[in-house]
Amino acid sequence: MSQFLWLIPALPLLGATINLLIGRRLPRAVSCWLAVAAMAAAFGAAVGAFLELLALPSDAQVIHQTLYQWVTVGKFSVDVGFWLDPLSAIMILVVTLVGTLIHIYAVGYMEHETDYARFFTQMNLFAFMMLMLVLADNYLLMFLGWEGVGLCSYLLIGFYYNRDNTAVGTDEKFLSPRSSGTKAFVVTRIGDFGFTLGIILMFWTFGSLSFGEVFHGAETMFQIGAPIITIMTLLMFLGATGKSAQLPLFVWLPDAMAGPTPVSALIHAATMVTAGVYMIGRSHVLYELAPATMAVVAVVGVLTAFIAATIALTQRDLKRVLAYSTVSQLGYMMLAMGIGAFSAGIFHLMTHAFFKALLFLSAGAVMHAMNDMVDMRRLGGLRKILPITFWTFLIGALALAGFPLFSGFFSKDEILSSAFTSGNVALWVVGVVTALLTAFYIFRAVSLTFGGKPRWKVGEVVTVQGAVASELDAHAAKGLHPHEAKWVMTLPLILLALGALFAGFLGMPAVLGENRLARFLEPVFQHETPHVSAELEWLLIGISAAAALVGIFIALRFYRGDAKTPARLAAYYPSLYKLLLNKYWIDQIYDALIARPGRWLANAFWLELDGKIINGIADGLGNAFRGFGNSLRSLQTGYMRGYALAMLIGVVVVIALLVMR
Amino acid sequence: MTTLPILSLLLLVPLGAALITTLLPRDNARLVKGWAFGAVAIEFALSLYLLANFAPNTGQMQFVEYAPWVPQIGIAYHVGVDGLSLWLVLLTTFLMLIAIPASFAEINTRVKEYVIFFLILETAMLGVFMALDLFLFYVFWEFSLIPMALIIGIWGHEHRIYAAIKFILFTMTGSLLMLVAILVLYFATGARTFDLLELQKMITPASLQPWLFAAFALAFAVKVPMFPVHTWLPDAHVQAPTAGSIILAGVLLKLGAYGFLRYCLTLFPDAARQFAPVLIVLAIIGIIYGAMVAAVQKDLKALVAYSSVTHMGFIILGVFAFTEQALSGAILQMVNHGISTGALFLLVGILYARRHTRLIADFGGLQKIMPVYAFFLLFVMLSSLGLPGLNGFVGEFLILLGAWQANPIYTVFAASGVVLAAIYLLWAYQRVMQGPVTNEQNRRLPDLSRREFALLLVLAILIVVIGVAPNVLLHPMQASITELLNSTNVAGLLK
Repeated sequence: MSQFLWLIPALPLLGATINLLIGRRLPRAVSCWLAVAAMAAAFGAAVGAFLELLALPSDAQVIHQTLYQWVTVGKFSVDVGFWLDPLSAIMILVVTLVGTLIHIYAVGYMEHETDYARFFTQMNLFAFMMLMLVLADNYLLMFLGWEGVGLCSYLLIGFYYNRDNTAVGTDEKFLSPRSSGTKAFVVTRIGDFGFTLGIILMFWTFGSLSFGEVFHGAETMFQIGAPIITIMTLLMFLGATGKSAQLPLFVWLPDAMAGPTPVSALIHAATMVTAGVYMIGRSHVLYELAPATMAVVAVVGVLTAFIAATIALTQRDLKRVLAYSTVSQLGYMMLAMGIGAFSAGIFHLMTHAFFKALLFLSAGAVMHAMNDMVDMRRLGGLRKILPITFWTFLIGALALAGFPLFSGFFSKDEILSSAFTSGNVALWVVGVVTALLTAFYIFRAVSLTFGGKPRWKVGEVVTVQGAVASELDAHAAKGLHPHEAKWVMTLPLILLALGALFAGFLGMPAVLGENRLARFLEPVFQHETPHVSAELEWLLIGISAAAALVGIFIALRFYRGDAKTPARLAAYYPSLYKLLLNKYWIDQIYDALIARPGRWLANAFWLELDGKIINGIADGLGNAFRGFGNSLRSLQTGYMRGYALAMLIGVVVVIALLVMR
Repeated sequence: MTTLPILSLLLLVPLGAALITTLLPRDNARLVKGWAFGAVAIEFALSLYLLANFAPNTGQMQFVEYAPWVPQIGIAYHVGVDGLSLWLVLLTTFLMLIAIPASFAEINTRVKEYVIFFLILETAMLGVFMALDLFLFYVFWEFSLIPMALIIGIWGHEHRIYAAIKFILFTMTGSLLMLVAILVLYFATGARTFDLLELQKMITPASLQPWLFAAFALAFAVKVPMFPVHTWLPDAHVQAPTAGSIILAGVLLKLGAYGFLRYCLTLFPDAARQFAPVLIVLAIIGIIYGAMVAAVQKDLKALVAYSSVTHMGFIILGVFAFTEQALSGAILQMVNHGISTGALFLLVGILYARRHTRLIADFGGLQKIMPVYAFFLLFVMLSSLGLPGLNGFVGEFLILLGAWQANPIYTVFAASGVVLAAIYLLWAYQRVMQGPVTNEQNRRLPDLSRREFALLLVLAILIVVIGVAPNVLLHPMQASITELLNSTNVAGLLK
């Protein structure tokens, strides 16, 4: 297997290539299942590689394979090579397993889509790029995957490129899919600007970009707090804020909801957004040398977690609640990275991959049943009609909320415990408050979507949270017969639900069992379990559990029946409500501060500087020449060949003069 | 090594083909087009022979041919190719192979003249890359100007005369000063020779270097074009026929960048070092300015033209950073820009041929109507915006990497151009290809023809190959770049 590491990314690439070239001519089923098969094969290969890695002694758990030299100039040399260690092993397993399930689900979800070949080409390409990102043995190749997932997200967010709006039965105005795609690419590229500079600084610091040499150099050449490492890690972190949707660059991610729901699941769970977390975990040797950067990462992480959670409280679009939830949970992962709890961060990345994919795909099942309606003011009462979806969504919600013994509980608790023991209690406090908010907003979504009475009957006027949902347009309401989806969609839901239920037991706290995941990752992170007394550990677990339970309880109380309390709250604090509903106006602020002045300046450059000043001088000089040659006016026939002839004669005369000298 | 005078053959084949074209019957356009295609195909095959026999491990001139021309005053027919010029020669012959068939549908009047001008142009461009004698170089340099001006002026669009005159005015002004500088160099060094290799061995007097450098630099800067002498370019591109734009962006702009590399750096190393910050600042302004102005263009072709300003800014930055990586990146990027921007102009031309408009606002939603075209357009745009795995990334990254060693500030500013590139290209793609179809006239546009598909496929394959295996191109240029840095000692002068 070690010689075939390249197969893991190559299989999805092969799938993408086949579908690109002949997919449109293949029968739908062949095209779709080919993509699934490519993913499943990649998963098989990943398992094989994982088993081989397990067989190695724990102090030498690396499989390294170099294919060829990619770019070589002087002493700059970068290979195309792959690097499998416990960290990348976890990543490829998550990416290929969750990716495969999402692909299977997509076969059902996209059954009415005529452009299926394009869809599955891009899905496979997405998986390929993500696998390149996590398997690369150097930063430049990692950057290839990094930009590649950006490209695929651009393509898939904008999949419905000719539609202005994908949401149905809502009065909310969202960015069109095509604008959302472009926005995602451009915003993440602002982060990549920083990452590029970080990589360049890295090369001139260590003389190499390969993991082995960079980490060795970092350990031997630098002491903690070296300014150059701080700058380098901050630049790289800018890249992570783009890809992993952290402050101030998270604005692309909620709009990414414009893509088909399996895409949202792929972007938010298995691929793309986890890239920044992975990159920092991979570079932990560098980050540990830069306490200042670590502090920035922790603070940005916890603030992102909190702010995104507050926005999620008021969103009416089910998928957007999940989107802000992703931003928020990524904030937790960043917090973990920032306080040096690397394996806890990777643990949360893994559990989140399961439960967030589950939540998205369940939301997709709701949309599938409801003719693409996702405005929660228009949903309701779906518990009986979509029993499987209800249960899987509920399991995902419990895991996200951190309900005891569900997967998210263990991973979030490990992060919060680490935050507490890291010595900065403020981080822990904000983290716990966010946990409460998380439990609240996701159970608000559960209540509004599945609980209560149906609000999607034609002509019915409903008020939820002080706002009247728009009249259902006749088209959306006409063919509305909500029904549970076929097995291709429900089977992945059930399997992901198992993951969301049980994945947490891989990393139990010491008082409950054993943290197998941390032990597995030990060769990478040299994890040292901070010494905590059992009493304190029980106390922290208790507080985490209490936060979850309180949040769930409040949400269920608030949104029971006609949900008068939240409406009253919103009316009581109108400006706060508006601030959250409008996402702190961040998009508008960026538009006013960056986009508009930029456009104005560009137009000024073009029309004034280019058009009037430079061209004015040039024309002026031209006219001066013309005045000078007034006597030759007869030659100015205005006919091109006349000029050319004159030019030719001029050149010949010059040559002749020179020769005769 | 071979005894075949391959360079002379490369210079003579297009010229000879142009002569024979004059004998062909005027009313048989098919024959003339076929003949032209055959000629550029043979020329391309010859350049492949050159590549096959190129020795990659020496920085010396290869395939050198020398014949006294006007020995009384030291003018000689002296040509050669090294790692700096090898790929530019191949780029030229390759893009001609693309440009000629790209005009088959568009050009139906005065086909004979059109073909003749293009073939003469090919000889002139190759001559610039091969010349090792300043006088010979100048002759080729000027000769490359005339056919292009005629191509724009005769087969161009609505404002072709204005554009052609502007093109001539700008480039002639620049190159006349260069001619003066060449003459001063000739007399001042006392060498009484125009031979580049001889002149490189002399040390140009320090008092003269800045003036001569400036004169050369102005000629090259106009050609590249660099900010602020770039305003001829959008007009020339917008008005030129498609093939004219392909060659203009693909090869002619590189004459300027190559001139900096071959003449400014080697003849006036002290002045080059002294002026490098000025040129780099102008290059960086060009990168950001060009990208910003590109973003607000209403004409698709003008957008691509301004994107050339930003890309060429990267190349000049690479040249004047004086590091191995930046120089390699600059040469690689010359090839990349030729391929990618050539492809972009081809794509815009395909659209123009169908709708006779270049205005972005006239389009929208074309992806549904022309899916194959959409694929290629996006693909080429991604190459142009420097997506890793495709060609543009490697060149840009090497330039940014090398420039950092010269001064990190350069890299910081230049790298912002990478973000801007995503904005102007993807926003253009969005408005032209995505969204609902807003114009009924667009509904029945045919997708790519077989000829168009074949041309784009070849370009796309090259884009991938260079992106995945750039060492194929980078390796043969290394020895010459080391040689350049050593012989001019500019690298040593950098702290």
